[in-house]
Amino acid sequence: MKADPKGVLTGAHFLDGDHACSEGALSAGCRFAAGYPITPSTEIVERIASRFPQVGGMFIQMEDEIASSIAIQGAVWGGAKAMTVTSGPGFSLMMEHIGFAAMLETPCVFVDVQRAGPSTGQPTLPGQADMMQARWGSHGDYEIIALCPNSPQECYDLTIRAFNLAEEYRVPVMIMMDECVGHMTEKVVIPSPEEIEITERRYTTAKLGEYRPYFTDGEMVPPIAKAGDGHRFHVTGLTHDERGYPVMSPEVQEKCVRRLVDKIRLNAERIISLEESETEGADVIVVSYGITSRVSVKAIEMARADGIKVGHLRLITAWPFPEKRIRELVGRTGAFIMPELNYGQMFFEMQRVIDGKAKSYLLPHGGGTVHKPEVIYRTIKEAALECRPQVEESAW
Amino acid sequence: MSTTEIKFGGFGGQGVILAGMIIGRAASIYDKNKFATLTQSFGPEARGSACSAQVIISNEKILFPYVTRPEILMLMSQEACNRFLPEAVDDATVIIENDLVRPRHLKPGMKVYGIPATRLAEELGRKMILNIVMVGFFTAMTGLVNREAVREAVQASVPHGTEEMNLKAFDRGYEYGIQLA
Repeated sequence: MKADPKGVLTGAHFLDGDHACSEGALSAGCRFAAGYPITPSTEIVERIASRFPQVGGMFIQMEDEIASSIAIQGAVWGGAKAMTVTSGPGFSLMMEHIGFAAMLETPCVFVDVQRAGPSTGQPTLPGQADMMQARWGSHGDYEIIALCPNSPQECYDLTIRAFNLAEEYRVPVMIMMDECVGHMTEKVVIPSPEEIEITERRYTTAKLGEYRPYFTDGEMVPPIAKAGDGHRFHVTGLTHDERGYPVMSPEVQEKCVRRLVDKIRLNAERIISLEESETEGADVIVVSYGITSRVSVKAIEMARADGIKVGHLRLITAWPFPEKRIRELVGRTGAFIMPELNYGQMFFEMQRVIDGKAKSYLLPHGGGTVHKPEVIYRTIKEAALECRPQVEESAW
Repeated sequence: MSTTEIKFGGFGGQGVILAGMIIGRAASIYDKNKFATLTQSFGPEARGSACSAQVIISNEKILFPYVTRPEILMLMSQEACNRFLPEAVDDATVIIENDLVRPRHLKPGMKVYGIPATRLAEELGRKMILNIVMVGFFTAMTGLVNREAVREAVQASVPHGTEEMNLKAFDRGYEYGIQLA
């Protein structure tokens, strides 16, 4: 299905990442948002609040992030596409409801414009330290999808993708922006509505009285019903059977939660998107995401100018993590480097996958700004020398 | 590769950020084959007297997002001048509002171009369009972005109904620059 032309601001714009994210949501068909404005994500809800009346959408400024993160789920069960927007401190408050969305299989989008933390940290400066929280922040076992844009253009594009993935897998999708990407202004091209693919919600075709909310009919993702369409059904955060009613047996726990995990894990290869450059035959690969990926490319260009064979693997989806691709590369590459604006989060996931079969270098940074390309460049050189000790450094 | 780092500085309310937005928009949307990235200081310090917009213009995709050593400065307040001038490269082009800024500690290689933008804006009837007069002057003195591209960006960036007045302000600043050059 194509985008509703009403929400699509076709043309070339000079937008910051926050505003581009808002436009992505509008293009994707989002017509409900709830939030408690927080720097550096405020511009997203500001634009949403001013644009929604033009397209028949509704924005509610809630009393806090806990309320925001559940209001959107009510809107989704009422038939809307919905999102909430926040930054670290608010994201912490939303954790309970992320698990709730995962358990009820509520398709919805959470935007976290990451600032330096912990706690209130540095509101106006970038961080990437919510990456593990996005994956593991709520209790219990579940899977989510997390996307990491590195430019305003991608804030637009990936917001559309986030809504589409949310519908396809009935899962909360996180857009893990950072302050730098959110507040950076660049050219953003918004295509025409007929060029934008939209995944529509898959509604049940069951007759009234026969709808079972978690009956998948052999598939991984069940169709949904819209409240008010006449189906009588019950959904709950308690472990539930196909009818949506609580069942306290290990068998139903296994069946219910296993599918929440498997629908993402077994489809990981379809969900994951990566950007690679010169990874084949590389001695060293820099793995990066978000704003750090742009700084990494600068460092990689410097190293390549020295003749070092260095590849770049950019995580556009951070979760699910690209285990398969990294395992393929481990056999051929001596060292992996990950710079990130935290003291080691995605790095440890990468290290788990590398499993001691290649060297791994963490380039931690507390946030507040981005890495200096020179720092990444020096580590690339060091790693290349370690991998290829027979090559004299002077040869570079 | 040709990349230029620019810093726009002044005090809050002068339209410093808008000036940066216009140049960035002109380069990336209306000029040919150019990229632009704009970042702002959002810290509590940005709410005080010296506010700034940083713009990088390049003919290649911009990777590192921040301005580290500005090659062009457009300064509209003394405090912005005092704060941002030391960051500039030794041969920076410094564009100032003549009546508001007295550059101190200039390096010998720096080129300074001044314009009484506030007075010119007042002559045009609205003191608040001094930032657009500065943008016109900037366009003439740097030659970085095509004149027509900047005019289009002015039109696209200012509040609806004020386009004509702002274009006059732009042209006034531009002509002042051309006469000076």
